[in-house]
Formats: sequence, C-alpha cells, structure tokens
Amino acid sequence: MSVFIARRLLLLIPVLLGVTVVTFTLTRVIPGNPIDLMVSPLASQETRDRIAENAGLNDPIWVQYLRYIEGVSRGDFGDSFVTNQPVLDDLKSRFMPTFELTLFAMLTAIALSVPLGIAAAVWRGTWIDHISRVLAVFGVAMPVFWVSLVAIYVFFFLLHWLPAPQGRIGIIIPPPDRISGLYTIDSLLTGNWKALKSSVQSIILPASVLAFAAMAPLARITRASMIEALESDYTRAARSLGLSESSIVFRHALRNAILPVITMIAIVYGYLLGGVVLVENVFAWPGLGRYVYNAIASSDYPALQGFILYSTTVYVLLFLFVDILYVLLDPRVRL
Amino acid sequence: MHCSLDLDSVHRKGSAEVLRVEDLRVEFCLPDEDILVLAGIDLAAMAGQIVGIVGESGSGKTVTALSIARLLAPPGRIASGRVLFLGQDLLGLDAAQMRSIRGSQISMIFQNPRASLNPVFSVGKMLKEVLKVHSGLQGRAATIRAKELLADVGLPDPDSVLKRYAHQLSGGMAQRAMIALALSSSPALLLADEPTTALDVTIQHQIIQLLLRLRQEHNLTQIVITHNFGVIAELCDRVAVMYAGSILEEAPVAKIFDSPGHPYTRGLLAARARVGRHTEIENIPGQVPELKNRPDGCPFHPRCAHARDICRVKVPRLEQTAPGHHIACHRWQELA
Repeated sequence: MSVFIARRLLLLIPVLLGVTVVTFTLTRVIPGNPIDLMVSPLASQETRDRIAENAGLNDPIWVQYLRYIEGVSRGDFGDSFVTNQPVLDDLKSRFMPTFELTLFAMLTAIALSVPLGIAAAVWRGTWIDHISRVLAVFGVAMPVFWVSLVAIYVFFFLLHWLPAPQGRIGIIIPPPDRISGLYTIDSLLTGNWKALKSSVQSIILPASVLAFAAMAPLARITRASMIEALESDYTRAARSLGLSESSIVFRHALRNAILPVITMIAIVYGYLLGGVVLVENVFAWPGLGRYVYNAIASSDYPALQGFILYSTTVYVLLFLFVDILYVLLDPRVRL
Repeated sequence: MHCSLDLDSVHRKGSAEVLRVEDLRVEFCLPDEDILVLAGIDLAAMAGQIVGIVGESGSGKTVTALSIARLLAPPGRIASGRVLFLGQDLLGLDAAQMRSIRGSQISMIFQNPRASLNPVFSVGKMLKEVLKVHSGLQGRAATIRAKELLADVGLPDPDSVLKRYAHQLSGGMAQRAMIALALSSSPALLLADEPTTALDVTIQHQIIQLLLRLRQEHNLTQIVITHNFGVIAELCDRVAVMYAGSILEEAPVAKIFDSPGHPYTRGLLAARARVGRHTEIENIPGQVPELKNRPDGCPFHPRCAHARDICRVKVPRLEQTAPGHHIACHRWQELA
C-alpha cells in the first residue's frame, strides 16, 4: 500500500510539469498585458519597459518558464501581480474559505442525493423516482450563478430569512479564534454563538446552491448503480436465501453500488472547485474561486498558474484517495 | 416467524409429496400487452425425488422455478394456479412468510455460480448471515457450522474457503459454495436452475455426483432445470419436457429415453449428438415460437410433422398414457 501511494505521488511530478507547460504557454498567448496593471495608464514607455525588464517579461518564454519551474521547486510560485503577495501565501489564506464552502456543499449533496438515488432505484417508476429525475434535470440545466441570484432574491430580498451576500460572516461580527480555519467549526468549538449564527447563515445559501448542482449527477449514478445491483444474479441469489429486503438493499446491493458513487463524488468535487468560481463571486466569498476570477480578469499570470497547479494537485490527491477507498471496499481490487 | 417443519416425519413417510404445482399460469405484464409465458404447468415431486425440467431456451423452465420460489420479478406475475409445498399453498403466503421459507425450506441454486455470490462479501460472511437469519447461529457456533457445510459439499480446506470471495473461486467451487449456502438450514426442496451449464465437463460431473449424494444422505428433493439430456440421464428420476410455456410430456427418465411419446420429445432426443454414431444430427425444423405469438392449439404444431387440423385449434391436455407417463398430444395413440 505505501509503495503504491509513494508511486502515485511520484507520478504527480510529471503530471504537474505537463500542466505547467500548458498553463504557462496559454496564459501568455491569451490577450492582456500585465504591465497595464502594474503601472499607471499615464506612465511613460520608458517606465513600462523598465518594469517589464525587472519582471523578466522581456526574456524568451522558455527562459521565463525555466525560471518559474526553478522557483516552484523551491516552493516559490512567484508574487501575484495584483496583491503583490507570494502566490503560495495567497492560496493558503483563501483555501480554507473554499474548503469550508465545498465541504458543506458536498456533505449536503451526498446526504440528500444518495438516499434519493437509492429510493428511486428501489421504487422505480413511482413518484419518488420521477421527483429525483426532475431534480436531476433542473440541477444540470440551471446555471449555478443564476440559481445563486434567484436564491438571494427569494431568501434575502423577499423573505428576509437569510442575510445579504456578505462573505463568510457578517461584516460587524469578528471571526472566531482560529482552530481549524473553518468559521462554522471554530465558532462552535469556541462557543462563540454569535459568530456561529452568522457564519451558518452566511454559508447556507452558497453551499445549498452548490449542493443543488452536485446532487444531480450523484443521485443519477446512485440510482443507476443501485438498479444494476438490485437486478444482479447475486441479489436474486440473496432473495432465494430468504434474506430480508432491508439487508438486500442496504447491505448486499448498496455495498456494490456505492463504488461508482464514490468515483462520482470525486469527479463532482473536482467540478465543484470549478463551479465555486461563480458562486464565490455572487456571494462575495473570499475563497480561491474569487481569487482565480480576479487573476483571470487581470492577467495575473503567477496567481493563475499557482491556482492551476494547486487544483491539479487536489484532483490527483482526490483520485488517489478514491483508489485507496476502492482497495478497502472492493476485494477484487488489489494493488 | 421461523416455521420449522418436521422434516424427519416427512422423510420417514418416504412417499410424501414435497411439491405439487397445479395449473400454474404466469404472465409478463408489458406496457402494451400481457404475454402468457406459462400456460398452465402441472408438476409433482415426491420426497427424495429428483425431477428434471428439460427444454429449449425460452421454454419457461427458469420462470417455472422462480415462480415456485416466488422469486419472479416484475413484469412477471403469477396469474393463477397453486404451488403446494408440503401441502401448503405458497401462493397464499405473504412476503414475510415466504421469506422465512426461502433459504430454509426451499432453496435455489443458479446457472452462473460466481455471479450468484456477492462480489464484495466473503463466503464466510454470506454463510454466517444466512445461518443467523434461519438458524439463529452466531459467532463461533456459526463458524463451526459454516465449516461443516463447506466440508459437506466437498470443498477442501473450509477455513480458507470461508475467507474467499467469488472472484477467488473457480466455477465449480463457487457452485459448491452456493450449494452450501442453499443447504445451510437443511431445506426439503432444492431448485437447481441449470446448475452445471456454466461449468467444465469434469466439474459438471462432480456437481451432479454431489447432488446425487445430497439426495442419498439428506433425502433432498430436487427440481433440476437443464437443456442437457445427459444431465437428465445421470441425475433425474422423472423428467418434464417443456415447450413454449407448456409441459408436453412427463415421465420417468428411462421411459423418456426408451419410448418418448411426444413428437417434440422424439425430435429433441434425435437432435442429440451421440458418440459412435455417424449419422447426421436431426434438426427439428422451424423455431421456438415467440411468446407473444403463441400459436393456437398445440404450441408445437407449426413445427410438428404429424400435425392435423385438431392440433391447430385445440390445446392438448396432459393425459396419462401409461402409469406415470403423461403426454400432451392429440395423436399420441396413433403415433405410439
């Protein structure tokens, strides 16, 4: 097992190198000049040239690339053109808000969609199956930013149940003492009820919107793989042995059906990291999504590359984790 | 909940009837029409008897077995008839009563033994669950009993088999494990649906020997479904020949081979490849009818060389033509 994990982690290096080549090239091909951001629009051509020279932007692209790789290998992702902070520090400080948001979204999506998918498979063709299908179609078809705006309109503007899009916590409420970095958890652990209330209120809408988008594929794959398991030979054999229906559904069928669901959870989580860009912007959530949105909007090459490296790493680690889970859950999978 | 029957008394009586199926009709309810797949099946098995059901694919053999165990899944539906198991009509039981009979008094084994074992549970885990449900055995007692069962079906090294999963067993071992599961609560009736079809020839023979031994040692009544007359010859006492959802002939095995009465049975037997004979294998002309285009009258008449007008309009009833020999054919006397 540890050899397997080590090998997979080593494989991460060529993957990341490949990703840097692509992103490095792409970010320089797309239009937009970072110099425009660094200097005042009134600056002379002389000043612009000097700054470009200092930033190394006049060197051939492969020299820039090698310089970048050399920095990355030391943990230096360069400084953001916009925040003037090291990109790594920027990413670190914005990771926890995004992690908190996607974690709650994912847990909500799993908690709702897996039981829904199981019910749809067991009671196929009934109203619960139809509801799950309609929800899935809506979840896939409706753009997440639009759902966000509608949710804000309804729950804040019309009903006043939830606060305006205000980020992770109310503006006048001091955040809880840092333990995990998750406001909801930290305020709970420290007994900071005021912060807990505000942070929960703040996260409900963005997490629900993301969960809504994530539920559709999860419910569908749960239903499909449950149906396959329930119609399998081993399920028929289990019935012939007189086992109870609950044991057949929740032990025999679900244990088999859950494997593709786990893979889909990983895929959806990766997708969530993309969808979070729009949701974070609508809800003023100070996470990676907003950071990368700003980086794109302002040709902030180092920030963009740093983010892509980070999300590649997350993807690879996520699927490594899934593979380990498979080994634990499926006796047919051996390393 | 746990209805245990006094099997010993049944066995002592010797000739007690374990299973009687009367006029069993099964439909498949499809969106546009209901299709009759079993057109009134009659079948009986005495204690310790092994009754074969032989027929081509799609003749309704498996549906018959699944209906007896009430395992038929939608769109299949039992339309009418009776399934008497030790005198009790199974079709009148509710789901919970049926569940307590399944696996404890009526068990079933299937064509594809490796696919019939749950891929993520070990043999031991399966055995222990079944033992807990039907015999209330748990912990060490269950482990000991599980090992006994595995040894009883001829699996060497039960300790290692207990820990194995379906993909770590050969087809023959998986079928033995499945038989061990099916026999865990000493059922009175075993339904075996093509138990040897997916196995190598040598393994087929071993499984047949095992089923024979189980009859000898436990007086286990068996309904064996197959399309292979070799299996019938080796294993069965009686045989029912099925065609398009009907039984066309039913007789002791020796009679079927010596003096088959129904033209279809004769055709089937003539279509066998035999060692040492160099004559052409005879075909039955035509094809098995599609279930939704069941012919009127005798289901076999479109393919029968002896068909007359009456065969096209009137369904022949299964009638006794000699003691223990039943044929459903209008012309059996002329053809005898």
